[in-house]
Amino acid sequence: MSILVYTESENNKFKKSAIEALSYGKALAKKMNENVTCVSINSSDFSDLKQHGADKIIDIQNSSLENFTSKNYAEVIHQIVKTENSKVIILSSSSDSKYLGAYLSGKTESAFVSNVVELPSSLNPFLVKRTCFTNKAFSTTEIKSEIKIISVSSNSFGIIENSCDSEIKQIAIEIGSSDFKIKNIDKQTGAVTIADADIVVSGGRGLKGPENWHLIEKLANVLGAATACSKPVSDLGWRPHSEHVGQTGKPVASNLYIAIGISGAIQHLAGINSSKIKVVINNDPEAPFFKAADYGIVGDAFEVVPELIEKLEKRAQ
Amino acid sequence: MNILVCISNVPDTTSKINFVENDTVFDKNGVQFVINPNDEFGLTKAVWMKESHNANVTVLTVGDQSTEPTLRKCLAIGADKAIRVDCNAKDGFSVAKEITQFCKTEKFDLIICGRESIDYNGGVVAGIIAGMLDYNFITNCVSLDVKGNNAEASREIDGGIETIECNLPLVIGAQKGLVEESDLIIPNMRGIMTARQKPLETIQAQNFDATSENKTYHKPDAKNEVKLVNADEIDKLIDLLENEAKVI
Repeated sequence: MSILVYTESENNKFKKSAIEALSYGKALAKKMNENVTCVSINSSDFSDLKQHGADKIIDIQNSSLENFTSKNYAEVIHQIVKTENSKVIILSSSSDSKYLGAYLSGKTESAFVSNVVELPSSLNPFLVKRTCFTNKAFSTTEIKSEIKIISVSSNSFGIIENSCDSEIKQIAIEIGSSDFKIKNIDKQTGAVTIADADIVVSGGRGLKGPENWHLIEKLANVLGAATACSKPVSDLGWRPHSEHVGQTGKPVASNLYIAIGISGAIQHLAGINSSKIKVVINNDPEAPFFKAADYGIVGDAFEVVPELIEKLEKRAQ
Repeated sequence: MNILVCISNVPDTTSKINFVENDTVFDKNGVQFVINPNDEFGLTKAVWMKESHNANVTVLTVGDQSTEPTLRKCLAIGADKAIRVDCNAKDGFSVAKEITQFCKTEKFDLIICGRESIDYNGGVVAGIIAGMLDYNFITNCVSLDVKGNNAEASREIDGGIETIECNLPLVIGAQKGLVEESDLIIPNMRGIMTARQKPLETIQAQNFDATSENKTYHKPDAKNEVKLVNADEIDKLIDLLENEAKVI
């Protein structure tokens, strides 16, 4: 038996969230006195996995798996779970991994527990801590099924270096034909995604209109951050839905979240609450966001943000 | 076309979250329960498909009698029929299994769930149903166009949108974008009156075992007070972020 980690990659590079899932898997393996096995699909550079504690790497090369589909990927992992006799499967919190986890849960008739933020506090019973009520609370959850599927919340466990010699095993997997076809993937290249970002810069209605978004973009650019927005901004069509963060939008769990011109409705705060440090810039000192933030500036975004950009640019030089 | 919309009955988004009985049970006292927002986007889409696809829309929830007002609201919004699987919902897995069981007695071309519920945030129900029934599955679904036995749908991925083509039957995890917030249907008096006449059936639960159980809850630690920096002291903010918070 081993602990299985699905390590997601893109363009032959393992995602940061995948390395965090591996770090979690390795720490759990030590606690359980087991080995950790990574599943890699269509990648060839395993240095990142070796550096972060993979005892074994299952290397799958298959052109039918070029694009992610939950069904095919779940099928692959299900087969490996059987051959490796894995009882714990660790996933990241990327949108693909959570998609996969739910489907795999049905396939294996096992619990899929998402948004896990710590190593289990006990192995028997198997107790994990996870966020619920959209980050307004935590639960201590017992996982009762024999196979346990866990997705680790982004930026919660961190990345731990752990150099080791990994055994690499190539496996050929048969994928049946399917009517499920990816027609198109429309993805901004080069931009930092909210899911993978260390820093997120987010704008609200206080920016007065989409024509002022260059301020958000510029600040994000100098910080290497992802851009996001509040719900009213996406409802008004100033920014795409994919940037909406909050209870009904995307969750954010970055190290630094900078909110500009966002008043901080309870639903917004719930969605960004997992971020470690929150900064608010707003001209209204009564804005609820000031109660949730670590640092704040009461001031006009149109004056504060350009100066902040200028000073950060100078610092970078 | 036969559509099932799975509804979760959740605390309103503005609810204060508290726990009772030694932090083992969510405190429902004074809490308003509503249709899970992600489910409501899906329900609206289904109601539109009554017109465009001559669809028949059933809503279903797994829960006790207290969930019935939420089901009535779904009927007022436009669903044709409501089913309540009578039990206390234990976890996402057992709920999904109850729904799967029901889908074996009545066949649906399209099963719509919310991407996740805003209370327990499991995000598992749609995937488990699809996995168990071996149906196609698309979560984070932001558009759906059904023609005959074929669906074209798009899904939000990290940093973009993916477009998919597949056959029915299909399970989707709905979210905002499938319909807009402004498209949500607020029931009118006629809808509310008609809803009283529509069937709301209770069926017996199979009481499947849960695979997980929330033992206790706790709220995040109280936050330190915000440190305010004057608008003309930007250097100080940068210094704090760099040397105190160590995030830049």
